[in-house]
Amino acid sequence: MIRLEGISKRFGGHAVLRNIDLNIPEGSVTALIGPSGSGKSTLLRCVNLLETPDTGTLRLGEAVAHFRAGKPPEQETVRGVRGQTGMVFQNFQLFPHQTVVDNVMEGLVTVQNWDRPRAQARAMELLDKVGMTAKAQAWPNNLSGGQQQRVAIARALAPSPRVLLCDEPTSALDPSLAGEVVDVLRRLAAEGMTMLMATHDLRLAASIAQQVVLLDNGVVVEFGEPRKVFTSPSDPRTKDFVATLTQSALPEEWT
Amino acid sequence: MQETVIAHLPAWLKLMAESFWPLMWAGLKFTVPLTLLSFACGLILAFATALARLFGPAPLVGLARFYIWLIRGTPLLVQLFVIFYGLPSVGIVLDPLPAALIGFTLNVGAYNSEVIRAAIESIPKGQWEAAYSLNMTRAQALRRTVLPQAARVAVPPLSNSFISLVKDTSLAAVLTVPEIFQAAQRIAAVTYEPLILYVETALIYLVFSSALSALQTRLERHFGQHAAFGGRLQ
Repeated sequence: MIRLEGISKRFGGHAVLRNIDLNIPEGSVTALIGPSGSGKSTLLRCVNLLETPDTGTLRLGEAVAHFRAGKPPEQETVRGVRGQTGMVFQNFQLFPHQTVVDNVMEGLVTVQNWDRPRAQARAMELLDKVGMTAKAQAWPNNLSGGQQQRVAIARALAPSPRVLLCDEPTSALDPSLAGEVVDVLRRLAAEGMTMLMATHDLRLAASIAQQVVLLDNGVVVEFGEPRKVFTSPSDPRTKDFVATLTQSALPEEWT
Repeated sequence: MQETVIAHLPAWLKLMAESFWPLMWAGLKFTVPLTLLSFACGLILAFATALARLFGPAPLVGLARFYIWLIRGTPLLVQLFVIFYGLPSVGIVLDPLPAALIGFTLNVGAYNSEVIRAAIESIPKGQWEAAYSLNMTRAQALRRTVLPQAARVAVPPLSNSFISLVKDTSLAAVLTVPEIFQAAQRIAAVTYEPLILYVETALIYLVFSSALSALQTRLERHFGQHAAFGGRLQ
């Protein structure tokens, strides 16, 4: 269970998140949607403390972090939170100086002190899960974007996190490559992996998520199951945003 | 004209041949060890200074900046004179070789700390974040993720500074260290053939610096394995 209570965050004079409350039940997939600059990435990054909220409380399993402006959380709290989260980035951020399998082993070997053979066995299992065993010895730079993102997912899953955070996992990919990443995430969802993802990708939000959170200007304006949010939104801001996602890209007279 | 040159040729060659081994020996005995040792010590100092500037508390950052400012803003020759000829006035008497070693180490440390700092800063923030997301500490992220990539960036400028050092060690001659240049001066003083001796000296420096820059190519290849297929330079 992830519970965010009263999370606020300012960058300089600009309030990015305003008093966000959010509950994410174990085994569910939650999609954070909203226009660029709405705060969805920041909110996601607050969950593994890549950003430190100014106020509020984060509960993640046994870890509890209370935030007060100007006071960074204890190192022990940060590590407690990060030990239960895995993160997938928009630009993959694989380690370019390590092979695919070394990337996946990195968290196990460096952070959890696993011996290499055991870590390698686990890494190969995960690469199998994302369909990347054939590329285990490849350098990340020689892979397509979709392949890199699948490896990044395996890397994030290696330390068995309680929740997988995905920051725009398909935004840097063309549609066919995005498709293979969506397939992997869908399979993970079916296995009961708890996920929180910031996304613009309707396929992701509509077909995988059990709940959708629409953020606008740092505030939660809509919350509910995807079908309801996308077909009968209650807030006018949601209507506008959903329209931008769903409207046909082709000229009207063509249809 | 032609005849004078020819008439000179045997003596010219003879002198070069005779002084080759004394010069080479001075190089192998003093120039090379002085270069290697002061570069190694200087790199350790440079790394510590770079880390202090990047991650240290305010007083350490200030100290690192002061050190870099002081060394980069004053001539190496003057620094060597202060250490060898100046410090005895306050009771610190150093032998020529240790004095030269300290001078070159301080110099290498200051210049290369900036190279190392820039290399570390050139690694995208996302790489740190990816490491932190795996729950690495800052030290782990630096050691496992950032430094291996920064090393590749740092090798060419570090090699530059290394080659410079090979040649700068000739300044140790003024501290009476009997390295190549000092040996050449001594031979030139008795043979009255400065042109021949100093040209030969230049050639010997050329040999040493060429041999040492072959090392650069190997290091770059080592740190650049992952870019072998041209992936990283977009």
